[in-house]
Amino acid sequence: MAEKSAVKKIATRESYGQMLAELGEEYPNLVVLDADLAAATKTGIFKKAYPDRHIDCGIAEANMMGVAAGLSLVGKIPFVSSFAMFAAGRAFEQVRNSIGYPHLNVKIGATHAGITVGEDGASHQCNEDIALMRTIPGMVVMCPADDVEARAAVRAALEHEGPVYLRFGRSAVPVINDRPGYEFQIGKGNVVREGKDVTVIATGICVDSALGAAEKLAAEGISAEVLSICTIKPLDEELVLASAGKTGRVVTVEEHSVIGGLGSAVCDCLSEKLPTRVKRLGMQDVFGESGPAAELVAKYGLDAEGVFKSVKAFVKG
Amino acid sequence: MEEAESETGCCMQQSGMEETMKNTELRRHANDVRKGIITAVHSAKAGHPGGSLSSADVFTYLYFEEMNIDPRDPDKEDRDRFVLSKGHNAPGLYAALAHRGYFPVEDLKTLRRLGSYLQGHPCMHIPGVDMASGSLGQGVSAAVGMALGGKMDGRSFRVYTLLGDGEIQEGQVWEAAMLAGFRKLDNLCVIIDNNNLQIDGPIDQVCSPYPIDKKFEAFQFHVIHVDAHDFDALRGAFDEARQFKGMPSCIIMHSLKGKGVSFMENNPDWHGKAPNDQEFAVAMEDLDRIEAQLEKAGEA
Repeated sequence: MAEKSAVKKIATRESYGQMLAELGEEYPNLVVLDADLAAATKTGIFKKAYPDRHIDCGIAEANMMGVAAGLSLVGKIPFVSSFAMFAAGRAFEQVRNSIGYPHLNVKIGATHAGITVGEDGASHQCNEDIALMRTIPGMVVMCPADDVEARAAVRAALEHEGPVYLRFGRSAVPVINDRPGYEFQIGKGNVVREGKDVTVIATGICVDSALGAAEKLAAEGISAEVLSICTIKPLDEELVLASAGKTGRVVTVEEHSVIGGLGSAVCDCLSEKLPTRVKRLGMQDVFGESGPAAELVAKYGLDAEGVFKSVKAFVKG
Repeated sequence: MEEAESETGCCMQQSGMEETMKNTELRRHANDVRKGIITAVHSAKAGHPGGSLSSADVFTYLYFEEMNIDPRDPDKEDRDRFVLSKGHNAPGLYAALAHRGYFPVEDLKTLRRLGSYLQGHPCMHIPGVDMASGSLGQGVSAAVGMALGGKMDGRSFRVYTLLGDGEIQEGQVWEAAMLAGFRKLDNLCVIIDNNNLQIDGPIDQVCSPYPIDKKFEAFQFHVIHVDAHDFDALRGAFDEARQFKGMPSCIIMHSLKGKGVSFMENNPDWHGKAPNDQEFAVAMEDLDRIEAQLEKAGEA
């Protein structure tokens, strides 16, 4: 991955908005709902191309989820957008009862997830959405790592029959999957770097941190295998088990609480099928705070340096 | 001119007679629906008879006269949609669906039983159910979405949703009303079962949502008041709602909770409680008496 195009950076919310607009023609029944955040969630890109198929519900997320449910029942494929805090948090019960329980074909495109919301602070930094969405039966939960994966995930969500939760970030992140032969499938993770001493399983923006950490670890003689997990539910258990079986040690990295997110999903799998030592990196049961995204990621130990230190201590310890 | 007028008068008389006959039929069906409610809730030893009984006439009117539906083809594309936003009145909806022919009336006895498709609140596995519901305030949003989707594609179906008067204490109802009014969804008909009672007591003593009419008017709805137990009045209200263009309609249905069963009428205790065997017998006697009266009226 040394030759990755580090210069090219794009926020996954941007990829989301662009992809919706690109898919608009191919899928005439695709409609997009927003709650007064079209400029921020980037559904405004779709709105510009298809104004009649973009429904701004105003600042009323609970209703918006139900409206999306109703639209899906008359043949539309709705993508519903807001910040993760309001889509998964505020409207949790509407998602659970009006979309999850009837298993409707509604896609939730939640942006501004995690601490990289930055300056807005803890009230808007949702570190709980994966945990919430993961508990809903039949809900697919995806957290793309970069532009390439985000675009692929949006298309896959559209083509999947049933409810999907998509998690996007606010900040621009490096494109890491821009390589020949890249394939995307719901429920399939990727080995983005092979190794033998420790498995680092990352999701979303943390995949880049994990790759950076692996470089640093290699310099110290530690061979880290890095798994990129976009689909947190259903988890690619086969991949997790194979890698954990090979290395015997697992570190999970996510821009989310260590309670209920990727780390928990991996532990659920390993504790039942292949008990393995696991270190979970993420938000350690704390709220975030205001600050520039990059500084926050560093403070909470989720940048390449932080992941490197944690993995090294875990392997040596 | 005179001849023409007398002809019109004659037609009006005829149609008046037809309506009387239709109403007698509807009353019979409604009484069957009420028996279905009592039977189901008694058999389940749980459930919500009070509101189901106050809505029994409107369930009957919707499924036997108003809506474009076909029990043999429950999912037909152009059907009118119904969302029971007050999902706890499932016994009322199920009894109406069963009597309309969506599934066997006998199945009502399986309500709330383990393994039965007749879940405590409406779910997607039930023939004729267009949307799962039960968590108050949510069904109306789904109905707004259906109506919006219909408008976007110029489709002809109408969408009906029934809410409790206590349910409108939920803020989501007003989020939904705001969007429906703003989007001028005249293919949407919101019905409020205004029986004035919720679990904790009279709605105006718990947390008054009154004036209900002025609230919906302010949200750009065409508001119609109607006696929930008068089929002529219901027909007039639903005709008016269907013909009114440019705004969604809100029919505020003044009803009697527990209607038809003497000891349940206007008594909040019967919001969510099943009758025991003795009470069941009294309730069925009440409804048998109404049936006998209707038979008599029919013969006359």
